[in-house]
Amino acid sequence: MGRTHVDAVIVGAGWAGSIMAKELTEAGLSVIMLERGPERTTPVEGAYPESIDELRGAVRKRLFQNLSQSTVTIRNTMDQTALPYRQLAAFLPGEGVGGAGLHWSGVHFRVAPEDLRLRSSVIERYGEKFIPDGMNLQDYGVTYEELEPFFDKAEKVFGTSGEAYKVQGKIVGNGNIFSPDRSDNFPLPAMKDTFSASIFRDAAKNAGYHPYALPAANASRQYTNPYGCQMGPCNFCGYCSGYDCYLYSKASPNVNILPALRQNPGFTLVPNAHVLRIDLDSAKTKATGVTYLDTKSRKEMSLSADLVILGAFQFNNVHLMLVSGIGKPYDPVSNTGTVGRNFVYQTITSSRVWLPSSTYTNQFVGAGGSGVAIDDFNSMNFDHGPLGFVGGSPVWVNQAGVKPIAAAIGAGGGGTPRWGSAYKNALINTYKHSLGIDAHGSNMAYRDVYLDLDPTWKDVYGQPLLRMTFTWKDNDIRMNQYVVSRIEPIARAMGATKMNLVHLNAGQPFDTRNYQTTHLGGGAIMGDNPQTSALNRYLQSWDVSNVFVIGSNAFPQGMGYNPTGVVAALAYWAAHHIRTTYLKSPGPLVKA
Amino acid sequence: MKWPLFIACFLGMALTAEATAQDSDKAVVEKGRYLAAASDCAACHSVHGKPEYSGGVSFFLPMGKIYSTNITPDPDHGIGRYTEAQFEQALRQGIRRDGSTLYPAMPFPSYARLTDNDIHALFVYFRDGVEAVPVSAPKNEIPWPLSMRWPLTFWRWAFAPTPHKAITSTAGEFTDPLLERGAYLVEGPAHCGACHSPRAITMQEKALTAHDGSLYLAGGAPVDGWTPPSLRQENRTGLGRWSEEDIVSFLKTGRSNTGSVFGSMTSAILHGTQKLTDNDLHAIAHYLKSLPSADRTQTPWTYDTTITDQLHKADLSSRGARIYVDRCAACHRTDGKGYPAVFPALAGNPVMMQSDAMSLVHIVQKGASLPAMTAAPSSITMPAFSHKLTDQQIADVVTFIRHAWGNNASSVSAEDVRQFSRTMPPPDMADDAVSLN
Repeated sequence: MGRTHVDAVIVGAGWAGSIMAKELTEAGLSVIMLERGPERTTPVEGAYPESIDELRGAVRKRLFQNLSQSTVTIRNTMDQTALPYRQLAAFLPGEGVGGAGLHWSGVHFRVAPEDLRLRSSVIERYGEKFIPDGMNLQDYGVTYEELEPFFDKAEKVFGTSGEAYKVQGKIVGNGNIFSPDRSDNFPLPAMKDTFSASIFRDAAKNAGYHPYALPAANASRQYTNPYGCQMGPCNFCGYCSGYDCYLYSKASPNVNILPALRQNPGFTLVPNAHVLRIDLDSAKTKATGVTYLDTKSRKEMSLSADLVILGAFQFNNVHLMLVSGIGKPYDPVSNTGTVGRNFVYQTITSSRVWLPSSTYTNQFVGAGGSGVAIDDFNSMNFDHGPLGFVGGSPVWVNQAGVKPIAAAIGAGGGGTPRWGSAYKNALINTYKHSLGIDAHGSNMAYRDVYLDLDPTWKDVYGQPLLRMTFTWKDNDIRMNQYVVSRIEPIARAMGATKMNLVHLNAGQPFDTRNYQTTHLGGGAIMGDNPQTSALNRYLQSWDVSNVFVIGSNAFPQGMGYNPTGVVAALAYWAAHHIRTTYLKSPGPLVKA
Repeated sequence: MKWPLFIACFLGMALTAEATAQDSDKAVVEKGRYLAAASDCAACHSVHGKPEYSGGVSFFLPMGKIYSTNITPDPDHGIGRYTEAQFEQALRQGIRRDGSTLYPAMPFPSYARLTDNDIHALFVYFRDGVEAVPVSAPKNEIPWPLSMRWPLTFWRWAFAPTPHKAITSTAGEFTDPLLERGAYLVEGPAHCGACHSPRAITMQEKALTAHDGSLYLAGGAPVDGWTPPSLRQENRTGLGRWSEEDIVSFLKTGRSNTGSVFGSMTSAILHGTQKLTDNDLHAIAHYLKSLPSADRTQTPWTYDTTITDQLHKADLSSRGARIYVDRCAACHRTDGKGYPAVFPALAGNPVMMQSDAMSLVHIVQKGASLPAMTAAPSSITMPAFSHKLTDQQIADVVTFIRHAWGNNASSVSAEDVRQFSRTMPPPDMADDAVSLN
């Protein structure tokens, strides 16, 4: 029996995959989207009130990857033996239809334009010698101006709430003064400030900084997007990250794209389909289709396709390239190859501030994307010269709603007892009167921080696990320490009675046991040089031109902002060039 | 003219003629397809997941269970052997090909109004535009002697209008062509009265057209556990406060600023009205807006802030208020205004104020799902509460909603809820098709 043929196969039913599926079906292509995990829909996953069961949701991690089937191995340095990541902690990849786009918080940034050309920008300002040895600082190969229409499109699809600063050259509002010009305003007004965000706003402003409302893909009003998909308004219940929003207010592929896609007869979504490899021709220059395992029947299936889109989670995209033989694996010793190169993360540290007992912070309310931030220490917005590091962090109060179990676990902050009446008092005091302030910063790429296939460990399907070699480096530790030190005066101005400022420490290795962030990036990055990037500026594989790899894997370094907005814009950008150029004449969009 | 050229020209002309004939046949098929949607044939004759129009939808009648028939052009299992005259007789007069009478679940008293032209288009569509499916619908489960069909003939003689009477009695009723078109669609193919008009003890609709008086579309008896509301201009329980745009949006997308679809109407919109042109939807809305209130005693609904103020002050002393705040207010809000057209308003919503609380109780018990429509793909879903709330709690919260924000309907007791549990509807016919979004 011949293989089923389809115009395009998409791996992964998250944001990247769903955006590509929508764009390609609009272009008239037949599309099959394969998703490793189960079908997920709001009426089932989001059924109220079961959907806001914290034990089932954030604690037992219902919407996340099942590590008993497949995981990654992790080590800090190249001389160590990596061990499997067996319990979800440091980062939480999604699984099932919607992917990480179903369990995310909803912070929906664009990009700091200079982050897209960070190498050029740092050299222009501080000279090439400013870049430390071993740091692979690179440009994306695409500019903000080129991506702007796609940021705009994504915001309209996501129903993003925010306050603009500049639209078409005119200052229109009280938004982020560091943010670049926009072609249009946000589709929805900014989310209201929580109390904690409002006092941070005042204190930051008084300190001479420039606070702004976080752009949130949590709908501040009911909304119908350009696909006709509807959102309900957010009520600050706080069950965003780790949950399927029962109010249809948090943007997800499931709410904002799939309802329209599912009506298209040219579109097929196959859940429980674990892709084993992209099939290549003998010269390894063209993909012929994909082979996947139906995880229910345990049957291996095969599809033939003209175009293959990898839209899985960052490290799964890299893993699929490595096990399929797409491009040359990165070797840190000889400093050759590109697949696995520039694996990056983010530096995030959460500090806590306690206010007087007469001040109630109402931490039970919140929304994943709402809050107030300052960008005064992000990207290239400040003088790095005397500080001697590359990168930066936004600082924000992003009160996402503290749930009961989380409140009990986090009670008291560092140094307080973990049991007894002192613990109980600290729990009550912390829950009622404290607030969190985060430094959510960049993480640069280094020659000896990378991804490759583990020589020892295999997943249940018999394939080698992906190995992460990652630890914190001096540049990023010092950046984090500097930005956290800037929090202290703001916290004092807020009337702090106690604070627990948390930062990375010199020499501190990456520790997988505590949650940090799921914002992993790089490993199959975009760029303008096939020697140092796996993908060209259209996220097309330099080596296999009918494979496009969409996701944060394309980021040459970890930026201070949350990645989803850039992933969505890059997806629309790639789709635009596939539709307008590639489909007319398939082949490399950039000459190698 | 040389021969080959002449022949070529002749052939060309012949081909053109044939193409025109095919085009006009195609046009007739398409017209029939449109009318089949307007007549909502699929709601009763199609089962989700099975071939279109192959029948098998069950109907629970007082005397037993009947199934809709296969109306595909299959000669043995469907209607492939029907002539156009026999097809016309079945549709407009309720007479089967074998001469026996159809159960009036088939709305032939309404279809009696269909024009000859429309009958023809429907006939051509069901002959040429529908795939023949060789399956038989299940046998009706009506015990003898009730299974005998001959009494139906007397029913038909007594209560069903002849096509001649149906057409002549309504001819020239409206001078406004929009009203005339709306009346034709509502009274004829769309057969709205089959559910929304009251029926006599002998089961005939008490009024078949606007012409027959104010009982027409004044609200019907429960169907499948749902009580069809009035479509007339009553201020509180009818469409008095719905604009023409609200009605058009409701029929096109299942949702509007004044309410969202639930229950049996879901499939009528999914299979039927969403496929109509905006012009026809406006005609329907225009006509419905022309039907005067059948209840002149209703005082106009106005928003009352008492309950809203209480809830905003955390005063939960009203019966059912706490359950409302815990279970309902996240979407429908403490002010009862919801977030139209995502989460419908309960304040002033006619369904909340129906004298019969059956629909409201059943929505709370089994939940409700908006189907994915072409123009509105989101399947917004309210969860079921029958396994989370006791009968008393449901009675309390439903009573709360019926009394709040200016709503003025009667209280509901736990005993009422228990009674309603017996008629709790089966899953929406459309549910299987829509649960994904």
